[in-house]
Amino acid sequence: MSAITPSVNVLKSYEGRPRRWWKSALSFAVVAAALVWSGLGIEYKGVTSRGSDVAYGVLYGIFNPDTALLFDFGPFGVTYLLFETVAIALLGTLFGGLLAVPFAFLSSTKIVPRPVAFLVRSFVMMVRTIPSLVWALIWIRVTGPGPLCGVVTQSIVSIGMISKMYVTAIEDVDTRILESLNAMGCTPFQKIRYGILPQLTANMLSTIIYRFDINIKDASTLGIVGAGGIGAVLIQTISTRRWGMAGAFLTGMILLMLVIEYFSTRMRKRLAQGI
Amino acid sequence: MTQPRRQYRPNVQAGAKLADAAPERRVKARRVSVKVRVVLLAALGAALYLSSLVFGGLYGRVANLAGAVLSIAAVVLWLVVLYLAPVPVTLPSGSRVLRPRSRVLLSLVFLTPTIVLALSVTRFDLDIIFRRGHYMTGILEKIFQPDFEYFNSVWQPLVDTIKMSLVGSAAGSFLSLPFAVLASANINNNAFTLSVLRVIINIIRTLPTLIIASVCALIFGLGTFAGTVAIAFFTFGVVAKMLYESIETIDMGPFQAMESLGATRFQAFWTACMPQILPTYLSHSLYSFEMNIRAASILGYVGAGGLGILIAERVGWRDYQGLGAVLLALFVTVLLIDNLSGYLRNRLS
Repeated sequence: MSAITPSVNVLKSYEGRPRRWWKSALSFAVVAAALVWSGLGIEYKGVTSRGSDVAYGVLYGIFNPDTALLFDFGPFGVTYLLFETVAIALLGTLFGGLLAVPFAFLSSTKIVPRPVAFLVRSFVMMVRTIPSLVWALIWIRVTGPGPLCGVVTQSIVSIGMISKMYVTAIEDVDTRILESLNAMGCTPFQKIRYGILPQLTANMLSTIIYRFDINIKDASTLGIVGAGGIGAVLIQTISTRRWGMAGAFLTGMILLMLVIEYFSTRMRKRLAQGI
Repeated sequence: MTQPRRQYRPNVQAGAKLADAAPERRVKARRVSVKVRVVLLAALGAALYLSSLVFGGLYGRVANLAGAVLSIAAVVLWLVVLYLAPVPVTLPSGSRVLRPRSRVLLSLVFLTPTIVLALSVTRFDLDIIFRRGHYMTGILEKIFQPDFEYFNSVWQPLVDTIKMSLVGSAAGSFLSLPFAVLASANINNNAFTLSVLRVIINIIRTLPTLIIASVCALIFGLGTFAGTVAIAFFTFGVVAKMLYESIETIDMGPFQAMESLGATRFQAFWTACMPQILPTYLSHSLYSFEMNIRAASILGYVGAGGLGILIAERVGWRDYQGLGAVLLALFVTVLLIDNLSGYLRNRLS
């Protein structure tokens, strides 16, 4: 059995491999310093006197949800509130997806001059940075508390991400197809119908489904400021320490999100494969 | 004579992207015929419905409803399958092709009632928005004229927010690494632990940050520590999920080579897999840090420290110029951190 003898060249280049240990050491030091600085700034005041009760109560609630509430199909039961949450997210995503179309076309450098695109992009960026909770607090002055506030908030907040993804889809459009349609003598309508739309729809639908997934999560917290959905009652039951009820709401919410995420991932996969 | 068959042209670009991302997954996917699925669904529905006639109580009620829903779903699916069957068409040249049905009509049939129902559930009313919309524009006007004197009080909570998300992201990503490794199908061969870990990770990920933060605020008292724990929790779920999905796409060739040379599984993993995982891991962690700055800025609303306290306070006092100052500070911070993290992530890949 002959021993494996690496050729001299291999050994040479192995010895001469770039060594950037100081670079990694430096970045490690920077990160460590930042962490220590922030870690020292966070004060740990210990667990509150009722803290362990709360932790135990939450776990208890999740494993012993109030089944009567969980399967109550009336207007205060888990099912109706979840349904309201889904309705808010659905409408918010739909309107957001429609409102994002003009913004996307106006911020694509393929369609409008660079300065205009830059302006629209920074405007969208600003809309995106205001947290959805703040948008809800602003809109609630207009609509009053209730699910309508959630719908309007999500329509505005979704514009940012959706238009950003639309822009990528628009900039990926293959314009050579339009040239060949031109050569065949197609009308502008036919060019849009057969040249542009088939290239955009899959991507856009996929974006909207993805955003719907996010909006469901978001809609369940917007209730905290009174924008409808399951968030309001969930927070109330947690702060009044009714663990069984909180457990029922949490269980319903987790199940809903897992189911929706499963289907959204599946649909997006199929869209990407073009079936 | 074989019939020429027209098929949907797949969206090649996107499909190729997906195939690159998960080469093994696509091969593994089993195709169960839709008809079999519909029959199974109907059978399950019928069984549940019949069992509800025998058993009473809570189980009976749930089984009754679930059975009815599943049976109806099966019937509807069956109709959809029938509708979607391709139509044979004879072309002018004489050859017969199968023309796939457009799905637009089908989607409209399902979407329209859903949207109408959603509109009525949310009591949607455009009139209110147009009639009272000037309240919103008034507030926005004030937000865009920030009160610059207020910056002095913004500084401390802003730094707190950054600290919270930094420590939270670091702790969450650090904890997620071992869990993500154990939750990847190509490294952990035990189906039971694999699915348990995945369920735990996915459940943690679905919990909204604000809910976690409000529970943490009850446990640890008001302040930045509660927020840090909430962010760590949330980061753990997100990074673990993204990471196990990327670990499943790594090249296992070097690992097998190391093992066949006599290395232990851990040694092989450490030298063959870690170098492949590490850049992705760091990139995911940076990305989550980027997201966490935004998330952390509202945690204070439920008492978990940071900018959220100021936001709640300013809105409560209707001091929208102060709110504008808070949001401007947040905007600049997010912009800086996004760019920094984007630059670092570019360098990593």
